[in-house]
Amino acid sequence: MKIIDTANHIAALAAKMAKPSVVAAYPITPQTTIVERLAKYVENGELNAEYIRVESEHSAMAACIGAAATGVRTFTATSSHGLLLMHEMVHWAALSRLPIVMVNVNRAIGPGWNIWSDSNDSMGQRDTGWIQIYASSNQEVYDSIIQAYKIAENEDVMLPTMICYDGFILSHTSMPVYIPEQSKVDKFLPEFKSLWSLDVDKPITHGNIISPADYMDVRYSMNQAMKNAKKVIIDVGEEWGRKFGRSYNLIEEYKCDDADYVIVSTAAIASESKFAIDKLREKGKKAGLAKLRVFRPFPKEMLRYDKMIVIDRAVSLGLGGIVYNELKGNGDVYGFIAGLGGKDVNYRDIMRIYELAEKGKDGWYGIEVK
Amino acid sequence: MVAIKKFPEEEYILKGTAACPGCPITIALRTALKALGKKTILIVPASCSAVVQSLVPKTSFGVPTLNIAFAASASAASGVAAALKMLGKEDVTPVVWAGDGGTYDIGIQALSGAFERGENFIYVCYNNQMYSNTGIQRSGATPYGAWTTTTWTGKKEIQKELGEIVMAHHIPYIATASIAYIDDLYDKMKKAKEINGPRYIEILAPCPPGWRFDMSKTVEIARLAVQTGAWVLYEAINGEVKLTSYSKMLLKRKERRPIEDYLKLQGRFRNLTEEDINKIKKNIDEKWKRYMEIYKEKEEKQ
Ligand SMILES: Cc1ncc(C[n+]2csc(CCOP(=O)(O)OP(=O)(O)O)c2C)c(N)n1
Ligand code: SF4
Repeated sequence: MKIIDTANHIAALAAKMAKPSVVAAYPITPQTTIVERLAKYVENGELNAEYIRVESEHSAMAACIGAAATGVRTFTATSSHGLLLMHEMVHWAALSRLPIVMVNVNRAIGPGWNIWSDSNDSMGQRDTGWIQIYASSNQEVYDSIIQAYKIAENEDVMLPTMICYDGFILSHTSMPVYIPEQSKVDKFLPEFKSLWSLDVDKPITHGNIISPADYMDVRYSMNQAMKNAKKVIIDVGEEWGRKFGRSYNLIEEYKCDDADYVIVSTAAIASESKFAIDKLREKGKKAGLAKLRVFRPFPKEMLRYDKMIVIDRAVSLGLGGIVYNELKGNGDVYGFIAGLGGKDVNYRDIMRIYELAEKGKDGWYGIEVK
Repeated sequence: MVAIKKFPEEEYILKGTAACPGCPITIALRTALKALGKKTILIVPASCSAVVQSLVPKTSFGVPTLNIAFAASASAASGVAAALKMLGKEDVTPVVWAGDGGTYDIGIQALSGAFERGENFIYVCYNNQMYSNTGIQRSGATPYGAWTTTTWTGKKEIQKELGEIVMAHHIPYIATASIAYIDDLYDKMKKAKEINGPRYIEILAPCPPGWRFDMSKTVEIARLAVQTGAWVLYEAINGEVKLTSYSKMLLKRKERRPIEDYLKLQGRFRNLTEEDINKIKKNIDEKWKRYMEIYKEKEEKQ
């Protein structure tokens, strides 16, 4: 079935179709319409779940942890300050190896209050042990949320997964999306089976005091799980392709084969970049695009091009863009910071960025380089 | 009330806890779990209770236990309760087991939220009146005048009355208890287990290193707290407050013992002036005046 709706409503629909037993969430712009829609699904009986209307995001993640540890599938969604308030529990979820799925609608961090798109909120969580997938269209939002459960719940992974997309640019923009039948989703995504749970017949203690050596082992196993996730994400993306016609990988290449410069970007800037690539090609420039879909685990080995232009909507202050920093050393990399706090980045800006890189320039777009 | 010798023989506190000798936590939890039984899931925030369990991969807790971040116990318990409901395992009781720091201070938001939402779990606060895990710092439950490592010259503020804050949430069951009156504690745990919705039980837990008394005196100090009226044993079922056990006797039949009997055994009160002691007395007298009034009202009604 094809429907036209906003990314937030599509996210709520995807979450519903993944059949979580417990949803715990707290509203924040621009995520709100997800939690409103889910509340409706639960109240009208379309989703058989307990909806915990928590009093904060810290509690939202804590409740998901409690529920997942008791052995059920969970969902939550947040944005910006909500994610930051949650930070302690974001780590806790990953260290507990609980396959919680969360949507983060990317939004700037205050002060001053700014509700527009910016990836510093989720990219700031990069070392928590969560898998992070960035979606560039409402279709990708749908597909990635269902896939996220299958990836997170894979025995070789068992790590929580975050689906990120731009506030307003996607969250409140309607686009056509193919929605598969529930029975096909059910077949793709089997019932949740947890690796460990709080069971009165098999009592265990989870998370008590641990020695440095054992702690290091726990971290190492998470490290291996994050590495395993690469293959699992690709397998799941291919299976999705076989079943629903759209395959997914860690990155998506567009006209990279003969490219002089490859633009590397994520989320909405990546979809805008695709358009810019065509325009640049019209002007005779051999431009390519490597859309970074999965930020964690980071597919560094796949992003090897002679010349790369990284456009970041997130910054490590004083050091440059976040993705840029992770790609340094993989070739000639030109890093541009653009679009912070929702500042518009359209295809013309991207074309301009391309030309600046050709001249050997990079930096804060619109401020240091224009 | 069940006689102590009739308590179930099952032990859910296993051998080899990492508690200090004379620790009130193990006394309280041992009794609580005897009342609650096997079908209990504990949710424990950062606290001495996290340490008492001992080191991974071992444990001294015989029921499933989820350790959770300091501020998160009531929300994690909400999640456990929701999952149990979805799994059709509503005969299992989630029980938060938290210190006063995790309850009065950093965890109060989650606690208030969960109680207002009517979540189905028992919240137990063992109140040792300070942060003992991190080395005896003051909490919102530390009484006026007490020495801690963040109130070297004695705490200047009076502790808050969390029980009364909890009462404002209209939850079905609230009780206070003491490790010196474990039959009363057992009875309250049993009662709480049979009720649905949020239930709150706070247990006074004198801590030898924190309160500066000899480890052989834990129970004695706990008893004195009740006999002097510094700690009151009560129960509020659907908002109706009733004193229980020894505190009930203090309403009519018995005199409260002088507060000095309780204070002088504790090193944390060593430097109290007469003025300080009067202030503590006044605080306790006011509290009892309120209970007397409630009690009188009840007598008149009958
Ligand atoms: C967010 C956070 N802040 C601070 C701490 C450090 N901390 C661990 S336990 C604790 C005090 C616990 O006090 P209480 O709840 O009274 O339990 P007790 O140690 O007395 O058993 C503190 C401050 C922490 N673990 N997490
Ligand atoms: S410090 Fe006090 S509460 Fe903590 S383990 Fe020791 S005796 Fe028990």
